[in-house]
Amino acid sequence: MSDAAEIVFDNVTKRYEGRGGDALHELSFEIPAGAFCVLVGPSGGGKTTALKMINRLVSFDSGDIRIDGRSIRDLSAVELRRGIGYVIQQVGLFPHMTIGENIATVPRLLGWAKERTRARTMELLELVGLENGDEKRYPAELSGGQRQRVGLARALAADPPVLLMDEPFGALDPITRFRLQTELKRLHREVGKTIVFVTHDIDEAISLADRIAMLRQGGVLAQYATPDELLAHPADDFVAEFIGGDRALRRLALKRLSDCALAPGSSSEGDPPAPSTMTVRNAVSLMLERKTEALNVADGDGHILGVFHLRDAEDLL
Amino acid sequence: MTLADAANLHTFVDAFRFIGDNFGFLLGKAAEQLELSGAAVGIALFVALPLGIVLGHLHRGSGIAIGASIVGRALPSLVLIAAFLTLLGIGFVNNMVALAVLATGPILTNSFDAVDRVDPDAVDAARGMGMTGTQILRQIELPLALPLLFAGLRVAAVTVVATAPIAAVAGGGGLGDIIVNQASYRLAGVLGASICVMILSAVVFLGLLGLQAAVTPAGVRRHRFLGTSLEGSPE
Amino acid sequence: MTLGKGPPVVIPNFGQGSSCVRGDHTLCWSWVRDHWHDTLGPALVQHIELTAIAVGIGFALAFALALAAHRVRRIEQPVGIIAALLYTIPSLALFQFLIPFTGLTWTTVEIALVSYTLVILFPNIVAGLQSASPDVLEAARGMGLTRMQTLLRVELPLAVPAIIGGLRVAVVSTISIATIAAFLLPDGLGYPIFLALKDPTPFKTEIYSAGVLAVALALVCDAALMLLRRTLAPWARRRLA
Repeated sequence: MSDAAEIVFDNVTKRYEGRGGDALHELSFEIPAGAFCVLVGPSGGGKTTALKMINRLVSFDSGDIRIDGRSIRDLSAVELRRGIGYVIQQVGLFPHMTIGENIATVPRLLGWAKERTRARTMELLELVGLENGDEKRYPAELSGGQRQRVGLARALAADPPVLLMDEPFGALDPITRFRLQTELKRLHREVGKTIVFVTHDIDEAISLADRIAMLRQGGVLAQYATPDELLAHPADDFVAEFIGGDRALRRLALKRLSDCALAPGSSSEGDPPAPSTMTVRNAVSLMLERKTEALNVADGDGHILGVFHLRDAEDLL
Repeated sequence: MTLADAANLHTFVDAFRFIGDNFGFLLGKAAEQLELSGAAVGIALFVALPLGIVLGHLHRGSGIAIGASIVGRALPSLVLIAAFLTLLGIGFVNNMVALAVLATGPILTNSFDAVDRVDPDAVDAARGMGMTGTQILRQIELPLALPLLFAGLRVAAVTVVATAPIAAVAGGGGLGDIIVNQASYRLAGVLGASICVMILSAVVFLGLLGLQAAVTPAGVRRHRFLGTSLEGSPE
Repeated sequence: MTLGKGPPVVIPNFGQGSSCVRGDHTLCWSWVRDHWHDTLGPALVQHIELTAIAVGIGFALAFALALAAHRVRRIEQPVGIIAALLYTIPSLALFQFLIPFTGLTWTTVEIALVSYTLVILFPNIVAGLQSASPDVLEAARGMGLTRMQTLLRVELPLAVPAIIGGLRVAVVSTISIATIAAFLLPDGLGYPIFLALKDPTPFKTEIYSAGVLAVALALVCDAALMLLRRTLAPWARRRLA
């Protein structure tokens, strides 16, 4: 199995049976190998449909989808799916198997040796933040967040080059969701696979994605861009509305003070200093609260690195 | 019992002829059987229904309900009838008691389940509105429990009606008198009486279904009357 | 297999035998000991045989039908209705019904017993097979399990608790109904009771000992199956009976 694969949607169309209109309309975009691509949009926009086409859970009427240049129709559906990780919102862990057995499902299907499977299982448990010994427990004994971690581990078990995730954190409470999002980002940096992620939550998309594909009603691609690009230049009113009226602030949330050029020295009105890890958005919020226009920025040890001015934030936009 | 000729289809024809010829007689026997069954089920209802409902309402004693269902299934009716014959002699009373014991199992278990499993959200809401326990029981739990209660009643009633023929060996009367007396009535008669018992069971079943439909408030009437309540055995 | 040969008729000789037997007390252990090998023992064995055959065949049939209904959903309704109706037929009546076709043989009894077992097991197995939640099935499909693999590795294991639950009811009911076989054949634990009842002064010990054996057999099987479920499905911790 290769590390990551490129995915290409080539003019994919799916018509609704019976009623008129398309579920997906001439959808075309390319996901570079190793990228984290988020499909986002309102309900009925076709984002889940598009995701499920990649592993052929859903069929399409015309066009093609290629993984690493090869059409997904070249393989049998079953073979294709064993080479793609798939995570769903309700996780779908097999209740009658232990965590370890759940994770080992695809390796077993592929005929891996027992030792190799076992080693991989333990490796994955650590990767997703579970503990040694958890592999003997049953799904019913775990919390929602833990179950989703197992779902992730199970999807990664056979080291597929592509990972599909369909609103995986939707059923979790906000704190758990945030924690898992952070871990997912870390994981992506570590294993570098191509991830296709579906959500209706624009904040989640902006937080996680390298690329965002926004689909509108009728399965039409409204915009395909990096989060920053999307926020800076929404393609049309639909996109702008979906993002929300505060997109300027959202863009500022993507940057941290440590990324910015700071004026040397320090300012009298800039104390107490803000940590360099703070996002620019929070820095702006802080300055507004204090009714100042300058903020001293300090590193982890408390040394002042420089001054950040309110007008610097404007320059970022 | 003598060995009958195998695969004798015209025995069936004879059986129906028997029914036709002796209709009044069979009707009388059926009435006898219904009387016995009714008395037995009545006693069981009197004892088990309140107990099951109260336990279910309090959500206690599930062990009793479960135990009742297991024991009820494991206790063959023949054993019950024989036992009570030895204890209470031959006649009506011993069989009535034996059959009542038989009917208790399904009624107890089902009435417990029926009340215990009423939608907890509804009960919670009622408690939150300030209803007392008794009010909740009467106004919320019982109406919602009716389908399952009736299921238990149906199973008990059909079981008792179907078991009554066996009681004939202990002086129970009814259509059983014919069924166990092949010498006098020949196979055609026995078969005819058996068919009558089947019809009687079906009539009781449908009759209770009708009663359930009449008594159940419209909102509670579910689309599935024939629940998979498998308490009691078709003896 | 013992076929149709019942235990010899035991006529309590009140003139001889222990004082217990003479006085027809409730349970004479001496009688039980003396007649175990010629009355109670064989009857117990026959009873177990009757039950085992019925449950074995009934389970196989119910399983096959349930698998079919799982595949072709339309089968489920009609089979279910037939099952419910069959269930209301009294056993003795069903036995009599079959006699013109199959005579006074074990076959007659077994056909009836198998029918009841089938009726109990079919809805339980179907329900068990359907108990896998949709997201589990979707995850299985998305991971690349074939239909057969999904059935064997996911749906069937998940159906085990329901199946064993059904088996418990079926086994216990069959043991119970098999006592009625005594009306047709001199076999099973019902026979000593049946005989004793025919006597104008029924011998209590015979009735009670056979009866207790029947109940004990049923309870032992019930407990054994409960244990089996715990072993086969340690992940299912439900408070069902």
